[in-house]
Amino acid sequence: MPLPPTEFTPLAALIGGGLIGLSSVLLMLFLGRIAGIIGVAARAMSAVAVPAADRNWRFAFLAGLLAAAPLVWLATGEPVRQTVSDNLPVMALAGLLVGFGSALGSGCTSGHGVCGLARLSPRSLVAVLTFMAAAIATVFVVRHVIG
Amino acid sequence: MRSLVGFLAGLLFGIGLIVSGMADPAKVLAFLDLFGAWDPSLAFVMGAAVLVTFLGFRLVLRRRAPVLMERFELPGTKLIDGRLLTGAVVFGIGWGIGGFCPGPAITALPLLAPGTLVFVPAMLLGLWAGVKVREARNPARGDDAAAASRP
Repeated sequence: MPLPPTEFTPLAALIGGGLIGLSSVLLMLFLGRIAGIIGVAARAMSAVAVPAADRNWRFAFLAGLLAAAPLVWLATGEPVRQTVSDNLPVMALAGLLVGFGSALGSGCTSGHGVCGLARLSPRSLVAVLTFMAAAIATVFVVRHVIG
Repeated sequence: MRSLVGFLAGLLFGIGLIVSGMADPAKVLAFLDLFGAWDPSLAFVMGAAVLVTFLGFRLVLRRRAPVLMERFELPGTKLIDGRLLTGAVVFGIGWGIGGFCPGPAITALPLLAPGTLVFVPAMLLGLWAGVKVREARNPARGDDAAAASRP
C-alpha cells in the first residue's frame, strides 16, 4: 500500500497555492462566501431549505472542480499524474473518516486551512494544528509502525 | 451570473490543486511523512494560498457587500470545543490514511482511479452522517450556516 516518494516542487506549489487563494478571494468578492469544499458540498446536498440563489452556485463550484482535471489534460496533452492507493476497503474507510470528521469539525483543509487561517481565526488554527498532527501521526503509524 | 462565478472559482481551485500536486495522494502522504522521504511542497501550497487569501480578503472585506449577493457570510463561531477537536482528529486520521481531503478527491474523480471512485461516495456518506450527528446533538446551533457579517 505505500505510495511512491515524490519530488520537492516549490515553484509549482507556490503557483498552485496562489491559484487556490485567488479562487477563495473571487468567491468572497462576488458571492461573499467561504471557499470551503466540504461546506460547499454539504450545503449543496442539504435537505434544509437553502435559497436557490445560494444553492446553484455551489453545484456550479463542484462542477468547476470536476472540470479542472479534464481541462488540464486537454490543455497540456498529458494525463494528470497521480498515484491513488488501490486498497479499496482502506480508501472507503479513509473517505468515511474524512467526510464525517469535516462535518463534525465544520471544515476541512480549504475552509479551516486556507480561509480560516487567512482570517486569523483561532478556531481554525486549532483545527488545522489538530488535523495536521493527527494526519502526521497516522502516516507515521501506517508507514513506520505497521508498514 | 452567480453560477458562472461559482463554476470559474471551482475551476480555478481545481487547477490550483492539480498544478500544486495536492490532487496526488502520493504527494500529500509524502508531505505528511515527516519521518520518511519528506516532501515539503505542500507547506508552500498552503503558504501561498493563505497569503493570497489573507491579502485578498483584506481588500474585499472593505466593501459593504459582495458584488452579486446582499451580504458577506462569514463563520461567526469562535467556539473551540470537543466537537471541533474530535472532528479534526477524525478528519486527520482519514486524511493520513488516504492522502485525500475533500477538494482533491472531488477534483481527482474524473481521473477514475478505483481508490478515488470508492473514496468520494464514502466521503459523502460520512459527511451526511456527520451532519446528522451534529444536528441531533445541537439542533439549535447551526453555527457555520449562520449569517454573520464582519466580526
